[in-house]
Amino acid sequence: MKIVKVYGPGCARCETTEAMVKDAAARLGVEVEVEKVTDAKSIAMAGIMSTPGISVDGELVHAGGLPDVAKLEGWLGA
Amino acid sequence: MTTLGLENNLRSSQQWKWHAGVVAFAIVWFAVYGQLIPISEWITSLLPIDRNSHTGEAIAFFLYDVPKVMMLLTLIVFAMGVVRSWFSPEKTRALLSGKREGVGNVMSASLGILTPFCSCSAVPLFIGFVSAGVPLGVTFSFLIAAPMVNEVALVLLFGLVGWKVALTYLAFGLGIAIVAGFIIGKLRLEGWLQDWVRDIHSGANSGIAVEGERLSMVDRYRLGIEAVREIFGKVWMWIILGIGMGALIHGYVPEDLMVRIMGADAWWSVPVAVLMGIPMYTNAAGVIPIVEALLGKGAALGTVLAFMMSVIALSLPEMIILKQVLTLRLIAVFVGVVASGILAVGFLFNLIF
Repeated sequence: MKIVKVYGPGCARCETTEAMVKDAAARLGVEVEVEKVTDAKSIAMAGIMSTPGISVDGELVHAGGLPDVAKLEGWLGA
Repeated sequence: MTTLGLENNLRSSQQWKWHAGVVAFAIVWFAVYGQLIPISEWITSLLPIDRNSHTGEAIAFFLYDVPKVMMLLTLIVFAMGVVRSWFSPEKTRALLSGKREGVGNVMSASLGILTPFCSCSAVPLFIGFVSAGVPLGVTFSFLIAAPMVNEVALVLLFGLVGWKVALTYLAFGLGIAIVAGFIIGKLRLEGWLQDWVRDIHSGANSGIAVEGERLSMVDRYRLGIEAVREIFGKVWMWIILGIGMGALIHGYVPEDLMVRIMGADAWWSVPVAVLMGIPMYTNAAGVIPIVEALLGKGAALGTVLAFMMSVIALSLPEMIILKQVLTLRLIAVFVGVVASGILAVGFLFNLIF
């Protein structure tokens, strides 16, 4: 079980990112728990300056813009 | 040939396809753009309306402006999306951290134009900057320049009003961001941040930066396309609404009325324009077509620019977001300094032009 956090204050792109993470996980058959972090303070504390950001099992892998599908599968599959 | 070689070959042939596609797009773009006036006039002539009537004027204006603005936006937003892929908030922060005020303000305002920025991440960005030792005033220069001098505003000004006004807007927008940030820095207001922000600040937790993802040219083109898609998803309604409003003003509003209300002789019109702009929150896309129409009807350039800058740079929703990190006093100073700058630009323009 991987714990994925999606950081973003709730803009359209953050919603899309969350859906992309879930889709990718379903495609790969990886079990994930997706948690959304919307509070600006927590986002900032995680070291993210541009949203949406993604962390997998506590490690920050992406910040700013929609993630690339192939890369996203890489992060979830590894 | 090894599989790796094959893969490389495949990739480079794909790259060439992308390059060729971008060039072909540019050629078609310029060919169509040059023919927009005849096309729009031809369509208007097909309609059962007298071309010289109010309605005819308004429709011709609308049919020419909508495709023109859409085309300009596509081109510039794509180009900016590609250019911006070389910049990131992390790199910008590294460039700015520990910079002295003055030089730092100039760099910061200029980087504000090039660094990808979305007002929804203003707060994390603010904290990221301040906690990494970017001076408060330098951070403000960035936060003022990033939304105010954006490519959508510049494209629309260039396309609808002319390159001189676009360039002046660019210069004065940068100027306000630099000077306002410099003044805020000189006031030494670090104590007016919200407590929790100050704690990270003094703790100098520089945060973890995401490893720069390596991008190929094709990735950068893709980012450009994504930027275009996003802008269109977000602003096309505003543009059509704005141009529609502009078309109505263009066709129906009598000229002398505008000159009296927004002309250069009415000194009070500049402060009124700035005040009116604060609660209004549309993006540049909605305002500029209206700006164009107002100018065409004899409104003074300074007054109109002041209105536009105020709408874009001083917005109530953004202040509410910033309230999480800044105290009310600091927000008041921020608004005061920026509003004074805009007033000065408004008056100056009315004097010069």
